[in-house]
Amino acid sequence: MDFLLAPLQQEFIVRALIASTLIGLVCSVVGVYVVLRNLAFIGDGIAHASFAGIVIAYLFKFNLYIGGLIVAVLTALGIGAISRRSDISSDTAIGVMFTAVFALGVLLMSRVRNYVVDLQDFLFGNVLSVDRTDIMLVTGLTIGVLLVVFAFYKELLFASFDPLMAQASGLPTVALSNLLLVILAVTIIVSLQAAGIVLVAALLVTPAAAAYQLTNRFDGMMAVSAAIGVGSAIVGLYASYYLNAASGSTIVLTATLCFFLALAFSPKRRSLLTQVLAARRRVQMAAR
Amino acid sequence: MSDERRHDHRHVDPGIPAAPQDHSHAVTPVKPHLHEHVDHHPARRREGKGSPNVAILCEGMCAGYYGRDVLDEVTFEVLRGEFVGIIGPNGSGKSTLLKVIAGLLEPQCGYVEVLGAPPGHGTGVGYVPQTELVNWSFPVSVFDVVLMGVYGKLGLFRRPGAADKRAAEAALDEVGMRDYAGAQIGELSGGQQQRVFVARSLVQDPQLLLLDEPIAGVDATSQHAIFTLLEERQKRGMTIVATTHDLSCVATWFDKVLCLNHRVIAFGPPSEVLTDETLSATFGSHVLVIPEAQAALRSAQH
Repeated sequence: MDFLLAPLQQEFIVRALIASTLIGLVCSVVGVYVVLRNLAFIGDGIAHASFAGIVIAYLFKFNLYIGGLIVAVLTALGIGAISRRSDISSDTAIGVMFTAVFALGVLLMSRVRNYVVDLQDFLFGNVLSVDRTDIMLVTGLTIGVLLVVFAFYKELLFASFDPLMAQASGLPTVALSNLLLVILAVTIIVSLQAAGIVLVAALLVTPAAAAYQLTNRFDGMMAVSAAIGVGSAIVGLYASYYLNAASGSTIVLTATLCFFLALAFSPKRRSLLTQVLAARRRVQMAAR
Repeated sequence: MSDERRHDHRHVDPGIPAAPQDHSHAVTPVKPHLHEHVDHHPARRREGKGSPNVAILCEGMCAGYYGRDVLDEVTFEVLRGEFVGIIGPNGSGKSTLLKVIAGLLEPQCGYVEVLGAPPGHGTGVGYVPQTELVNWSFPVSVFDVVLMGVYGKLGLFRRPGAADKRAAEAALDEVGMRDYAGAQIGELSGGQQQRVFVARSLVQDPQLLLLDEPIAGVDATSQHAIFTLLEERQKRGMTIVATTHDLSCVATWFDKVLCLNHRVIAFGPPSEVLTDETLSATFGSHVLVIPEAQAALRSAQH
């Protein structure tokens, strides 16, 4: 018990715990759409592009997250528009766009070399450094994203499963996919605190991918994903405290462990364990 | 499929001038007579220029993607209560044509009217997309999928209620898939998936149902089940348009056939349209008519 409570004596750990729990929740809920709609690469791209916004905000001395958020949303909508209006594949569009915007961020950062240390937190995440304002921002944005997901639950489900039929039924599918991209951008910015630009895609994809192995229902997938996301955030933060390691990496590795456990014990397919045993039996039979 | 039934649906409103109609079912001339009744009164277009018994009116329509035209000057007219098949080789524009009618793709030129409204603006149109475009591993049950049929008319922020769930169950009954309501959609066979998709569009109780390749990859039993239930709906007044590249079912089920290869090659009853000339004009010289299909075609022609 003391093992769990001792860290909570320090205020910055409590703040970090609140922040990572909220981030784990919002990422794993939005991650369900990321996994089912194959948005992982877009998510990675938005995260990288937001770096340019953060550096610009740093240069002009306004809130770094607002700067990152503006560039992230613009990049998200830009990618959506390009992939809809031309026959360039969306992967190509993302590859071109996000590396360009990220490169711009790197260029600006290299011009202000003395600030590099501060900006590095955004690359790998440092949830231990969140202050009161950050907590307010994370809480507000998390509630906002979850409310939007709740309000448009059936529309987002329909448009994700069968966009053509959804459009034919009169749903505004283009607006819905833009909405989803904006939610994704906001979620990514919120999560930079915990995981940083490089690792944020894992927070989005891994819990949802694990949940996908364990259930056949959309609402079930969302619930299991949220549980894994929140659980990994809490376990990962404690691991970070006791191992004295970067929080982003421990949270992501905890979620990854959940994913492999889900894969091994998935009721959907013959579990990995049974397959391994069967393969070994076949080898033994052949050897005889 | 009798003519009387078709006339049942003709409620000619004296207020709306009936457009001149071509009732000759001869093999439609290759060159569509599109500029014959071009509307010179743009204001009238908004009211719809087809007569009330016309379900789909398409005049000199062209459409495509990214500036490439797939459909070229397509002109035809589907009456209410008809069961029309669209045939043509892969890439001939069958799906594109359905998308234009469903309001999913804006035509580049020409005039299109669906149930008296511009495509995508009216109600009562059901659309069943090609099943191969769907992600079957998506975590939804058969019942969830059918319930999606009511989402469009529910509007924002409203969840489906008890009446909607009953409608979904009734639709599952109609296609004979009630027992599979709880199954994950990917566990079903191709034919069963197709029946579930048909059920989903029937929940909306559409006046016009558009089906994209409803029998592609579907076993014979399910093919028969699907066509039988569609015919049942047709008897109750539904207009049905389906694309297919399976020629063997054409003569049996469709009232009219539209042979499409980027443009309309022929349009009319199967007995008149399914000739060697039109088929080779539609499919190119390499059309392979298997003996059974040929026999079916011949019996349909007599």
